[in-house]
Amino acid sequence: MQAIKTFWKNNWIGYFFLTPWLIGLIVLSAFPMGFSLYLAFTRYDLFSAPKWIGFGNFIEMFHDDKYLTSIKVTVHYVLFTVPLSLAFALAVALLLNRGIRGLRVYRAIYYVPSLFGGSVAIALLWRQLFGGEGLMNSILHFFGVEGMNWIATPSTSIYTLILLSTWQFGSAMVIFLAGLKQIPVDLYESARIDGAGTVKQFRHITFPMLTPILFFNLVMQIIHAFQAFTPAFIVSGGNGGPLNSTLFYTLYLYQKGFAQFEMGYAAAMAWMLLLTVALITSLLFVTSRNWVYYQE
Amino acid sequence: MVISKASRYFLHAFIIAGCVIMLYPLLWMFVSSFKENTEIFTNTSLIPHKITFENYRQGWAGLSGVTFGTFFLNTFFLVALCIIGNLISCSMAAYAFGRLKFFLRQAFFAIMLSTLMLPFHVTVIPQYIMFNKFGWVNTYLPLVLPKFLGVEAFFVFLIVQFIRSLPRELDQAAEIDGCGPIKMYLHIILPLTLPALMTTSIFTFIWTWNDFFSQLLYISNIQRFPIALALRMFTDSMGDNSWGALFAMSILSLVPVFAMFIFFQRYLIEGISTGGLKG
Repeated sequence: MQAIKTFWKNNWIGYFFLTPWLIGLIVLSAFPMGFSLYLAFTRYDLFSAPKWIGFGNFIEMFHDDKYLTSIKVTVHYVLFTVPLSLAFALAVALLLNRGIRGLRVYRAIYYVPSLFGGSVAIALLWRQLFGGEGLMNSILHFFGVEGMNWIATPSTSIYTLILLSTWQFGSAMVIFLAGLKQIPVDLYESARIDGAGTVKQFRHITFPMLTPILFFNLVMQIIHAFQAFTPAFIVSGGNGGPLNSTLFYTLYLYQKGFAQFEMGYAAAMAWMLLLTVALITSLLFVTSRNWVYYQE
Repeated sequence: MVISKASRYFLHAFIIAGCVIMLYPLLWMFVSSFKENTEIFTNTSLIPHKITFENYRQGWAGLSGVTFGTFFLNTFFLVALCIIGNLISCSMAAYAFGRLKFFLRQAFFAIMLSTLMLPFHVTVIPQYIMFNKFGWVNTYLPLVLPKFLGVEAFFVFLIVQFIRSLPRELDQAAEIDGCGPIKMYLHIILPLTLPALMTTSIFTFIWTWNDFFSQLLYISNIQRFPIALALRMFTDSMGDNSWGALFAMSILSLVPVFAMFIFFQRYLIEGISTGGLKG
């Protein structure tokens, strides 16, 4: 009894402040995770009781052409979007980090697309820009090139979304800029005294010192890219078309769970997504030992 | 780094050219919102032949008798509640993690960090089922309540970092003066973490304003539509001849976020560079 009293006396105030978060953790994260894991092994339509079907959903996935297409589309998107965004972010950050005047204004301007990028308004704008009579084609026409309907053509539609996401490289750029400022100036000074040129300085100082930031950006961009939803939903009008060419994983998950109410299947999809992202992230962490440079 | 004057000019020219390309789509949409509909498809330049406010008048009238005034008020209401929720719950949790000692603190802190990476799709289906059972679909509760329960761990982490950087001597001095933990939180920690709380508010504002997925799930009554849903429905119901009105409302929908950016740029940039918050 005395022990409980002492325990309570020493801990109650900590738990008092932790309570809202702790309730959220249990009710909105932990319990839903367990519940969705259970649902993943059931057939459930929200109206009748869940029916246990074992690995049925997971087996069905690999015979579901639409599911396989959604994986292909998402991987395609991630493989283009992440390296392109990081390359632009790093390149512009390096340009802006040369002690030029007006850095703050330039940084702000390059950041603006990231501010709005995920919104419905911008996705709608994209639909006009790359439509048959959109701005892109008018500009091409000016240069004598005959355009096409970029969004309605299955082979090009995904690239309009990749472009939209790459356009938002600003937030990664801001993080790179902050990282570049952390590199001690005397490193460069001694390198110059030793006769190292710009390229050598980049290879042997800037890049290694930036690898922790690069790693952080890489992980965050991959996680976000796998979960992209709004642009594909709005640009394709909600169906992932044309011919499922923009059927992102999350978009198909939404269709299955909230349009067709196959919630068991959608839960199984969500768990596959979680496992994939976790696997990729941990692989990155393992390989990071070989290329990320941490100062002691 | 020393560079010559000529290459300095060249560098500026190059960077400015990049700025123009980055901003062109936005500027073009802004200008097009003042063009007549027929002109939007034929005029690629940033100068309209004739300036008209008709698009704004037509767009503001909204959908099925509900004007954009309602959609804006709905969004502001939603955003305000989310900010209040995040400020209370995240600062409380951050104070616990940053300053107080309790059983399993390290473990809970690690769990908090791991939730940062959790894709929300894993929890969204059970959450929907739950909120549906409670009869909360078509209310703002599913959108707002999670914020009062500190679900956005990013902000907890951000504020913890900030609290840890505050000098301990302050607490000790206050403790000697007989200040308990609750008073300490209210009178010392909260005022001193104001910059982190500002960052939290601004990001909550922008994220809630731009959010689409959860609104799409939970809100289907047009009277309660926030801007994002209204814009989406607007496109579905319109023909090709109302791009102007759509652009006009899209521009209006970006204004509050842009204003936050202009006035609070410092906090935003700080939040991204130190907390790695996605802008």
